[in-house]
Formats: sequence, structure tokens, C-alpha cells
Amino acid sequence: MIVRIATEDQYELSDDHAPRLNELDNAIVDAVRAGNDGTFRQLLGEMLALVRDKGQVVDDDDLRESEVILPPPDLTLEEAAEEFSGEGLIPG
Amino acid sequence: MPGIAGRMSTVIKAKISRLLDRAEDPSETLEYSYQKQIELLQNVKKGIADVVTSKKRLQLQSQKLEQSVVKLDTQARQALSAGNEELARTALERKQIAQTELQSLDQQVSELEQQQAQLTENENRLRSKIEAFRTKKEVIKAQYSAADAQVKISEAATGVGEEMADVGLAMQRAMDKTENLRARASAVEELEKAGTFEDLTQLGSGEDDIDRQLKELTTDSAVDNELARMKTELGSGGAGAPAIEAGGESGRPEESR
Repeated sequence: MIVRIATEDQYELSDDHAPRLNELDNAIVDAVRAGNDGTFRQLLGEMLALVRDKGQVVDDDDLRESEVILPPPDLTLEEAAEEFSGEGLIPG
Repeated sequence: MPGIAGRMSTVIKAKISRLLDRAEDPSETLEYSYQKQIELLQNVKKGIADVVTSKKRLQLQSQKLEQSVVKLDTQARQALSAGNEELARTALERKQIAQTELQSLDQQVSELEQQQAQLTENENRLRSKIEAFRTKKEVIKAQYSAADAQVKISEAATGVGEEMADVGLAMQRAMDKTENLRARASAVEELEKAGTFEDLTQLGSGEDDIDRQLKELTTDSAVDNELARMKTELGSGGAGAPAIEAGGESGRPEESR
């Protein structure tokens, strides 16, 4: 599957990693709901590291669409919370 | 994925369909989409120039602050050797503020450098995608039947549209950060205008209150010296000879420091 890390790059990642990615994603949601910045940062870092380490960067002239788009690396806890409460990262 | 990745995907995809206003005629869609891509590329260039401008401004402020730190240190020494501990303390307090501000400025400059590098990378990637799209668009126009072309165009446009949406996001984040830094830079400039970090070499209107107090101190001690000398002269009763020395001394307090 193709995974994009927002503001960074697109990666081709084996489907084997999907369950772990999903797990981390759900844990991040919990951390955001609990307002736990430390855990949130750590999990987000882990999720992005998984994609960067296990994935292959997609060529620049490849126009395929991503199946999954992960948030940008510098996402703050506040922004993540907004992401769930409506406005999201890209208003309008 | 229902979580944050799912939200991101949904939001970006909504953005893509807004970016790609599909026309009835497939080749029109292609040209329109290509125009939009070129426009965005121009915007990214402007964004990078903007970040560079902000960075330069912060670097300039950082240099000014460095000068202030040196100046305030000198002022503190001058005040202390003149026996005015309170004035020395004031100068040192300001030096502390200037140093703290300097540290945070330097950190902001390096943040902007990262932003600049990131945007430049985004620009290059978008340029490659646009080039790939341009090639594909010619192939589609030449080789495919109307029905197939629709599908191919849709695919290519979505792929490049995703990149466009992502670059748009990166731009927006860079601009937000730059905006915050600008506000802070203005605040530092206000401080400078208020005379907190004035340059010592500027005399006259450029003097700050520490300068003025130091000057008063110097003037006071020069007056005291002259007074003491006069007292000695009068007391000794001697005439003529010391006048040369006294003459050379007069007027000097004005230009000391």
C-alpha cells in the first residue's frame, strides 16, 4: 500500500505493516483524547518511523494516489485534538 | 483507518476534489489541472522567498542583539568602576534579557532554515510530479479513446492533486509559523525603539538612560576633579603656572564617552 506522510513524502509499504500502523493510530487517538502530550509525541514518532524505515520512497514522477495519509511530523497535540473536533488541519 | 490517519486522508481527499474542478471535456480538465499546478508552483516559490525574508530579518535582529549584549556589558563595567552599583545592576539585568532573547532568536532562525529546506524539497517534488503529469497528459491525449482517457485523466489528476494538496498543507504550516515569528520580531523591534537596546556608538538622540546616567557620573567626577584642583591652586596661593593644566582639562567632560 502507498502511505503518505503529510508535508514529507510518499512510501510504498508492505501490507504486513498495516495492523501495527492501525494499532499505533488508535493509540494516538487515545493519547489525544487523554491530552497526554508525551505519549502522543512518542507514538506519532513511532508511527512515522515505521513508515520511513520499512517503506520505500515512491518515485517523484509516480502519480499514484495514497491509500493512507499520516499527519505531518510537526503536528502538535492541540492540532491533533482539533483534527477530531471539526476544523481539521486544512480549513476551508 | 478510523483514527488520525483516516481523518488526514479524508481531509486531503476532500481538498483534492476541490482542486480538480473537472470539466466536461477531458482535455479541458487536463489543461485546467495543469494550469493550477503551475500556479501552485509559483506560490511555493513565493512562500520560500517569504521564509527567506523573515529569516534575514531575524538574523539582523540577532546581530543587533549581540551588539547590545557587548554594549550593556561595557556599560555595566563603566558604571561599576564609577562606583554606581545600582546602574551596573540595571545594565546587567538588561544584558540578561537581551541574551535570553538572543537564544530564542537563534532557535527561530534555525527553525526557519528547516522550513526553507522542507519547502524547497516540496517544490522539487511537485515540479517532478507536474512534469510527469505533463508527459502523461500528452500520451493520454494522443492514445486513448474518450472513455479510457476519462479514467486515465482522473487517475493522473488525483495523483498530482494529492501532491498539490500536501504542498498546500506544507505551505500553510510554514506561513503560520513565519507569521508567529514575524509578530515576535516586531515585538523585539518595539523594545529597541523604546531605547532598551540602543547602540552605544550613537550619541545624542541615540543615548539610552544608562548612557545618560553614565555621562552624568563622568561629568560629576570631572567637575569634582576640577573643583579639587582649583581648591589646591587657591590654597597654595601660587599664580600662573597651573593654569595651563586647568585649561587643557576644561571642556573635556562633554566628550568623554
